[in-house]
Formats: sequence, C-alpha cells, structure tokens
Amino acid sequence: MLIRLLRTSLRPYRRTLGLVVVLQAIQTIATLALPTLNANLIDKGVLQHNEGYIRSSGAVMIVFTLLQVGFSTAAVYYGSKVAMGFGRDIRSGLFHQVTDFSAREVGAFGAPSLITRITNDVQQVQLLVVMACTMAIGAPIAVIAGMAAALHEDVGLSAVLGVCVPLLAIAVGIIVARMIPASRVMQTRIDEINRVLREQITGIRVVRAFVREPQETARFAKANEGLTQTSLIAGRLQAAIYPTVTLAINGASVAVVWLGGSRIASGDIQVGTLIAYLSYLVVILTSVVMATFMFSMIPRAAVSAQRIQEVLDTESTVRAPARPVARTSTNAQLEFAAVGFHYPGADHPVLHDINFATRAGQTTAIVGSTGAGKTTLVHLVPRLFDPTSGSVSLDGVDLRDLDPASIWSVVSLVPQRPYLFSGTIASNLQYGKPDATEAEMWEALEVAQAADFVRRLPGVLEAPIEQGGTNVSGGQRQRLSIARALVRKPEIYLFDDSFSALDLTTDARLRAALKPYTADAAVLIVAQRVSTIITADHILVLEDGEMVGQGTHEDLLMTCPTYAEIVQSQIGAQEVA
Amino acid sequence: MTSLEDRQSAQDADQPTSALVPTTSQARTGGRWNSAGIPAEKSKDFGHAVRRLIKLFLPDRHILAFVALISVLSAVLNVFGPKVLGHGTNLIVDGVTSGHGIPFGRLHVVLIQAIVLYGGSALLLWLSGYLVAGVVQRLMRRLRAQVEDKINDLPLRYVDGHSKGDLLSRVTNDIDNVAQSLQQTLSQMLSSLLLLVGVAIMMFTISPLLAAVALTTVPLSVYAMRAIAARARPKFMAQWRDTGDLNSQIEESFTGHAIVKSFGRQHEVEARFREKNDDLYDASFGAQFMSSLMQPAVMFLGNVQYVIVAVVGGMRVASGSISVGDVQAFIQYSRTFSMPLTQVASQMNIFQSGIASLERVLEFLDAEEQSPDVAGEPGRPATRGRVEFDDVTFSYDPERPLIESLSLVAEPGQTIAIVGPTGAGKTTLVNLIMRFYELNSGRITIDGDDISTMPRSELRSKIGMVLQDTWLFGGSIRDNIAYGNPDATDEEILAAARATYVDRFVHSLPEGYSTLINEEGDNISAGQKQLLTIARAFLADPAMLILDEATSSVDTRTEVLIQEAMNALRVGRTSFVIAHRLSTIRGADVILVMEAGRIVEQGSHRELLAAGGAYARLYNSQFANAVSDLP
Repeated sequence: MLIRLLRTSLRPYRRTLGLVVVLQAIQTIATLALPTLNANLIDKGVLQHNEGYIRSSGAVMIVFTLLQVGFSTAAVYYGSKVAMGFGRDIRSGLFHQVTDFSAREVGAFGAPSLITRITNDVQQVQLLVVMACTMAIGAPIAVIAGMAAALHEDVGLSAVLGVCVPLLAIAVGIIVARMIPASRVMQTRIDEINRVLREQITGIRVVRAFVREPQETARFAKANEGLTQTSLIAGRLQAAIYPTVTLAINGASVAVVWLGGSRIASGDIQVGTLIAYLSYLVVILTSVVMATFMFSMIPRAAVSAQRIQEVLDTESTVRAPARPVARTSTNAQLEFAAVGFHYPGADHPVLHDINFATRAGQTTAIVGSTGAGKTTLVHLVPRLFDPTSGSVSLDGVDLRDLDPASIWSVVSLVPQRPYLFSGTIASNLQYGKPDATEAEMWEALEVAQAADFVRRLPGVLEAPIEQGGTNVSGGQRQRLSIARALVRKPEIYLFDDSFSALDLTTDARLRAALKPYTADAAVLIVAQRVSTIITADHILVLEDGEMVGQGTHEDLLMTCPTYAEIVQSQIGAQEVA
Repeated sequence: MTSLEDRQSAQDADQPTSALVPTTSQARTGGRWNSAGIPAEKSKDFGHAVRRLIKLFLPDRHILAFVALISVLSAVLNVFGPKVLGHGTNLIVDGVTSGHGIPFGRLHVVLIQAIVLYGGSALLLWLSGYLVAGVVQRLMRRLRAQVEDKINDLPLRYVDGHSKGDLLSRVTNDIDNVAQSLQQTLSQMLSSLLLLVGVAIMMFTISPLLAAVALTTVPLSVYAMRAIAARARPKFMAQWRDTGDLNSQIEESFTGHAIVKSFGRQHEVEARFREKNDDLYDASFGAQFMSSLMQPAVMFLGNVQYVIVAVVGGMRVASGSISVGDVQAFIQYSRTFSMPLTQVASQMNIFQSGIASLERVLEFLDAEEQSPDVAGEPGRPATRGRVEFDDVTFSYDPERPLIESLSLVAEPGQTIAIVGPTGAGKTTLVNLIMRFYELNSGRITIDGDDISTMPRSELRSKIGMVLQDTWLFGGSIRDNIAYGNPDATDEEILAAARATYVDRFVHSLPEGYSTLINEEGDNISAGQKQLLTIARAFLADPAMLILDEATSSVDTRTEVLIQEAMNALRVGRTSFVIAHRLSTIRGADVILVMEAGRIVEQGSHRELLAAGGAYARLYNSQFANAVSDLP
C-alpha cells in the first residue's frame, strides 16, 4: 500500500526526485572523498614528512567540503519541495475524491474518519517522505559509496562488511517487522482517542448536564491508557534500533583493526589504508543510523498509507456519464420508474418499486413515518445517490445519462438539517447562484420569511455566519437554507421536511408566498403536517420503502389506511390537548 | 374534527440547539484568540514552551535522572572505545615502524577490551532508550489527560466561540505531533549531547591543542543552529496553524457534503481548499527547508573541523609531537563528534515542529477556565424544586444586553411554559439555570440556595435536560440510556425505556438494546434519538426538568409518542419547557411570554387570554391559522 501510494503520488516529481538523488549522490561522494584524501595525507604527507603535500591536500579537502555543503543545500531545497508537494497533492487528491463521493460513501467512512485521514494520516506519510528526501536518500548512496570506497582501499578487509551488513539488515528487519502490528493498533487507538475527544466537545452540554465528566474522564483515561500501552510497545522496540546499529558498526571497526593488523603485518596494506577504512565505517554508520531513523517511521506510515489508499480506491457510486446526453425539453418532467434502492448487504431495501411523475407547476408531497425512505427518495433527484434498480428521468432522459452539472443547476435542495457555511448571509444566499443581485436575495428572503430578522442583524446581508450556521437560531437557519434554495430559481425544488421547525404562522405565510414564487417549477415536499400536505397537487404515501398510496388528500383519505392513520394521529394529538 | 392543531405552539418554533450558541462577536469578546486563532497576548517564545515541557517531565524526574546516569555511563564507554581502538592502531603502527612486528597478543587483548566497551555502551543505550520511551509515553498520557480535563473546565463560552475543526485539530493532530516528535528525538538528543561532552573531554586528554582547534567549530555550529531554528520557528507555527485552518475547512465541506453536491459547488469548494492547501504547502515547505538546512550546515562545519584536524594533526605528526595512532584516534573522535551534532541538527526540525504543536496545545491549556467550583455542603435536604430568578441580568456581548432584571418564581412541581419569538432569550434561560453561562448580576436560587454557591455537579444532577440537539455517544442503546444514571440496573433501564416508548422500537432492531449507535447516529431515526434522550433523562430521575419541545423532522406518530414520553417525565417535577405545543402551554401552571430578554407576560392560559395582551394576540393568530389550515 505504502509503496503503491508513494509510486503513484511521487510520479509527477520523478524529475525533481532524480535531481535530489543526483545532488545527494554528489554530496555523499564529496563527503566520502575526505577519508581517502586524509589517508593520502597520512601516507604520503605525514609518514613521509612532506609538509607541502599536507597543505595542498588540505586545500583539496576544503574544496570538497564546500562542494558537499553546496550540493546538500540544493538537495534539501528540492527534497523539501518534493516532500511537501507530495503531501499537498495527496490532500488535494483525497479532498477531490471525497467531494466526488456520493452521500453513500461519505456515510460509509463517516465524516470524522475522513477528516482524520486527510490530515493526520497524510501527515504520517509526508513525514516519511520528508525524511527520505532530505536525508535518507543520501543514506543508501553513502552506504554503497562507502562500501565501494572501502573495497577500493582493500578487498581483503571487506570480509568484515560482508558479515556485518547482512547481520545488521536482519536485526533491523526483525525489529521493524515487530513494530508494524503495534503501529496498526496504535493508529486505531489514536482514532479512538480522537473519537472520545470529539464526542466530548460536540456533546459538551449533555456531558455537563448529566454531570458525566468523571465518567467521560474515565472513558478517556481508558482510551488514553490503551494508546499509551501500544505506543510503549512500539517505542521500546524503536529504542532497540539505534543501539543495535551502533553495536554492529563498532564491532565492525574492531574486526577491521583485528584483521587489518594481520594484513599490515603481511604487507598487504598500509597503515593509512586502515585509518581510511575506519573512517569509511563511520560514514556508513552515520548513514545507516539516518536510514534506521526513517525505518522506524515506516510502520506507522504504512498503516496510514493504507487508510489513505482505501479512500482513494473507493469509487463514487454516482459517476458522470462518459458522453452526457442533452435535454431536449425543459418541462421539469421528473419521472420515477420502478425505482428501488438498497444498501449492499442490507436485507431490506430502503426504497422498493417507486413509480410517480411530476412536472413544472405541480407540487408533490411525500409523507410517511420516520425511516420510510422519504429522504433517500428526494436525494435521488440531485444524484446524491443512484437508484439500485429502476430509473429516475428528467424530461425523458435518465439522470445517469445527463451531465451532473446540468442536473444540479436545475435542482435546489433544502435538506432536513439546515447547514450554512461560514461567511456572510449574502455568501450563503449566493451559494447556488454566485451572481445573484441584492434584489434577488431580498426577494428570496421575503418569501422565506427571513427578511425581517436579516434586516435587524448588524451588517444585514453582510452579517457573519459561523460554520454550520451555529450563530443563528434553528428556525432562522432553516429559513436561510430555504432562501438559499429560492435564490437560484431552479426548475425543481426539493424541500426535505424543511418546514417542520417553523411555527404554524411562519409555515403558513411561507407556503402562501412560496406558491406564486415556485409556480413554474416542479416542487417535491417531504412533510409531516397535514396542513402542508393537503394543499399539494399530488401526495405520495411511503411505508417502509414501499409506496402504499398516491393521489389527492380526499382520494387518499378514502383509499389509503396508512394516510388516514397519519391524518388521524395529528387529530389525535389535538385531542390530547 | 377539531380545528386546532395541537402540536403547534403559540410562538416561533425557532428554538434550536443553536440559539444556545452566542454569535461570533459575542463569543470572541470572551475568548482569547482573534479570528485567525493567533493568541492575542504576547507571543510566547520557544523557550517558554520548552520550559513548560520540562515541567511536564517533572513527575518522572527520578527515572530521568537514572536515564541520565546510564547515558553518561554509555557515553563514557562509547567515548573510550575509539581511545582503546586507537591504542590498537598504535600497536600496529609501532610494530610496523619499529620493525619488531605487531604484538598480536597485546593487540587482541586491547581489541577485546574495545568490543566489551562497545557492547556495554550499546546495552546501556538500549536501556536508556527503553526507559525514555516509558517517560515520553507517560508524559503524553499526562498531556492528553490535561487536555481532556481542560475540556471539562472550559466555560461553554469558549467552546461555543471557537471553530470546532481547529479545536479538534489541536487536541488530536497537534498532540499527536508532540508525541511523535518527543518519541523520536528525546532519547537520541540526550545521548547525543552526552556523547558530545564525552568526546570533547577525550579530545582534550589526547591533545589540548588539537582539541582547541577542533572545537572552534562548535560555537559556530551552535550559532548556525540557533539562527536557522529562529527562522524556521514562525514557519512551523504557520504550518500548524494552517493545519488547523485546513481542518476547519475540511470539517465544513464534509459535513455540508449534500449541499455542496446538490448546489453544484464542488469546484468552488475545491478551489477554496486548494488555496488553503497551498498556504499549508508554502508554510510547511518553508519550515522544512529552513530546518533541513541545519544538517548540511552542521555537517559542513564538521567537515571543516575534520580537515583542520587532519592538516594540523598531520603537521604535528610530521614534527614528531604526536603519534599517528593518536591522530587516528583524534580523527575518529572528531568524526564521532560531528555525528551526534549532525544528528541533533537533523532532529531539530522534528523537535521544532513538535514544539510548535506543543505551543498550540499549551494555548488551549492556558485558556481561561470557568470560575472554580465551590465545595459542596453535605446534608442539604432533598430538593423540592422551588426555582427563583431574582433580578437576573445577562448578555453574551456587553454591547448587546439580552436579559435584563428578570425575576420569576417556579413552585415545586409546577410546569413553566416559556414562549416567545426567536432571540427572546428562551434558550438563554436554560444556559443560566444549568450554569453553562454565568450571570452578569442578580441570582438564581433553588429552594433558597444560590446556584452559584453550589458545586456545578450538584446543581446539574438536580436537573434533567432534554434538548432538541439529540446528542448520543458512540455506544450501545443500553449505554446511552444508562448515561442518565451509570449505576442503574438492567431492570431500571428497561423500565425507563418502557415509560418513554423506547422499548417498542428497540424490539424491532436486530440487536435490541445492544445495537450500537454509530458516530453520526445514522442508524436510528431522529425521532428515535429524541426518545432516547428522554429515556436518558427519565433514568436520571431529577427533581427538575428542562425540556425543549421543538421536534423537527419527526413524523407525527413518533411525535405523539415523544410528547407522551415528555408528559410522563414531567409528572411531579418542576419543569421548564420551551413550549411548542398548545397542549403543553394550556396545561402549564405558568406561561412566561418572553420578548427581547424580558418577561412581558406571566400567568395561566386563561388569565393571559383574559388579559388580552401579547399572549392573546399570539394565541389568536395561531388559532386562526390552525382553523384556516385544516379542512
């Protein structure tokens, strides 16, 4: 997963990455040249008492040092660019993917999990790439070049490396392999911590009202302890990596002197060679330490990469057609033909065999108890979902054959839970029609019965709105959400139980004003109140996803027991009074 | 058929979760951050955060002292290694140059000493790493616990007034970043620093002159590191601030997903995201590049030092004042010296990033807390439930007075219906009774005791609350009901569920009371959630109640159940009801008609109708409407 994610996401950076490798290679070689030069300095300068040689090779060494710093700075520059660009691209890709999702996929992952994935998980993988690009790319180069240089100095001594390097690789490999399962558990424990904290913040009033702070603290403490224990396992394993590496390399140094003594005695090598060899070992040590530092990050990054890839690999169930068909007429003739919807794996369909049609100028009310499938039905129109059987068509064209943008531009949804975006009243009203004039906005506000309170707000249309619209009351939020839909003057309105948070007076006034405003449009209203329902041209009655009746109020009272029961229940409620 | 729709209230049904929430400007006057989330107070320095970090380590100081001891030992062993190895090289060189041959016996003894030294050093290093991992994880556990405690101590004003996305980013992303950076840097930083000291000492013992020459680069390295760190710091701060901002934006876009899609705003939302994402990229690139410069800079100085040692050492060998073995040892030391230095440098960026996050966490931890709780008075008699508001004044924003000189009395067992238009202050009354917000002046008493003189927990446990915001936590249905009383038996839970019509729908769920409610609570309907919150309050069995009747998005049959459940709940309890139903209003002992923070009328249904005031107007308009709306 990690490798796949890295491969695909780093592809646009392969040139820069190549450049980083070259720069790192050059700076590594410059660093590695120093011991060789130093060996010469000792063998030819010091041992032969040649001060001129000492000075001149000192100067050459300084040049190499300058080269090293120049190239490594450039490597760091491009390396940071790649790493941060990589993170940005993945975030962008994830965000795009999620905005592309249908409501179904968002629901399946859950918004909070998606948010963690796009921030925290990306951070993990990015950190790995940062390490790789700015330091670790140099490490294998340094190891290889160091070994090459060491071999060049003396092949005989390299038996030491031949033993030490594989031994080291195996030891580090074992530790990292044991860290991976711990990291996987750790990431889920972090999710758990985040979930508890999220609940405590979003549910703060309930927690306090029920004086559940001690229990919440205990719940958190449990999650906290879980994370601590797992992190400890991972952390203690990680702590073993560095000593293992130092021991291996220091052991190698000792072995080199041991073996080197015999080889010097037999005249195979000179003393300078031995000293250079030891310096190479230190270079290799330093690089391996850098690399192991990165290795210790791999387990967590791998788990995060998997979580990212899961999102990237999830295709939206609602896809735009390859060759969209254009509508030939614009009568807003919406037709549901044998429409069914069910979640994969669920035994019961959410909707089953829904058939009805509506057109411009007609109001269709949808009634039924909670969980009857009303919201799902409404969400099929802007293609937040696609039906799993049957078809929804607009002016004779299956919605799936239309360009989604062309559907969205003619449909306005007022959702059950009104949601406003941070900005101003105006920016929210212009959400569906960025070029809406002030006059248009006021007209919509008037119809939505929101003009009065907006006028009283400091700043009026420019009054600030907080994320979610939490700084206006629920009823105000609902009316602004309705006004937002009205501003667009679409062909089809979808009111998903949008009036029930309003009191009867406002509800009645709003519906009275709405009628002329939406006269040319097709209107679908999910409603509870009989007063709202009876004025509709057409009423659909849903029960457990089935359509158990359709017609006018009078027809349905006679023919549909479920409908009669719904009407009766409201009257029953009055009798309670 | 009667001509009255009972479920309507005589007023704007506008009361919401949200009216509980003050507006931006209101909240911010109380908060300590401006809109960008930047602390409004003096910007705290890096040192401050580090000092706080050190303080956090205090509980484990004994272990840390032990770790320091081990690290010193390990460093000493590690430092003697090259010295011994150098001794071995000297034996070889002497043997070769003197022509006596290499004394292999002595050489091997020396080398075995070296390997023992290195082995011991590695073992100690591992032990200290092991212990440090424990210290770091315990520290993180403490820090996370402090953050959680802080949530409990914050005034609601703070929580209401800050972006949830940024808040959550602080308590999750930032905390995690602190943990990670400490875990990765701390143990190595310690051993690296000790190694530096040890190596410096050894260099002096071999050749004070060479050591002095070699160490001239140290102040330079430190200076370079500080200069770079100072430039990287603001960028790291920006990086984590931008992460918080981006988090807010993602939170908003994902939560409003359906609207974004159906209004065809995907492109605009993505464009806005890209803008913030690019900001984050710029900040993190700057931070990364700046701090990554540290390693080449320090490495450069290390190499310069290496060259100087080689040249000066070479000259001194040539002049006969130092042995080749010593130069070899020295060169190895100077490499060993630059290694921890480079390591410290390369870890500085992780450490700095962690400190930047820590500062954001500390900012959160330092936020002003609600006034401390007073100690409880034991042996208070059982609550009867007489609630009195005495000349209460309150506003979220000092510039916009809301509730002024409000007085009212609720006798034990009475139902008080609160009606009035949006913004009249109905939900604010809830905030005040529950002490979610504190009064500006006046007092509220329960059975004669000022609520500000009792512990919040004592006050709140007397009051049951059912809000329109049906907050449930991720857990089973049983656990969610038991939230009202953790000690409840299964029978009590079942009884509460029966009394509030929860039992019926639970039976239709495949897993009954063990059905897990997911994070979004999507697997049960809005009405069912509402019933659960009523069952929760029922089980808590409080002396007083606060009920928000607004039940939007619930079908009429479920709503009847909800209403009956609420009626069952009210029996024998002083109840404040934000009333939306005529039945409640007419049955109430006292109706409070609120307008603009004041009670404009107060009395029973009949009295108020007879008075012909604001209530009568409201009632008649509703009545008239209801008539015309029904067939």
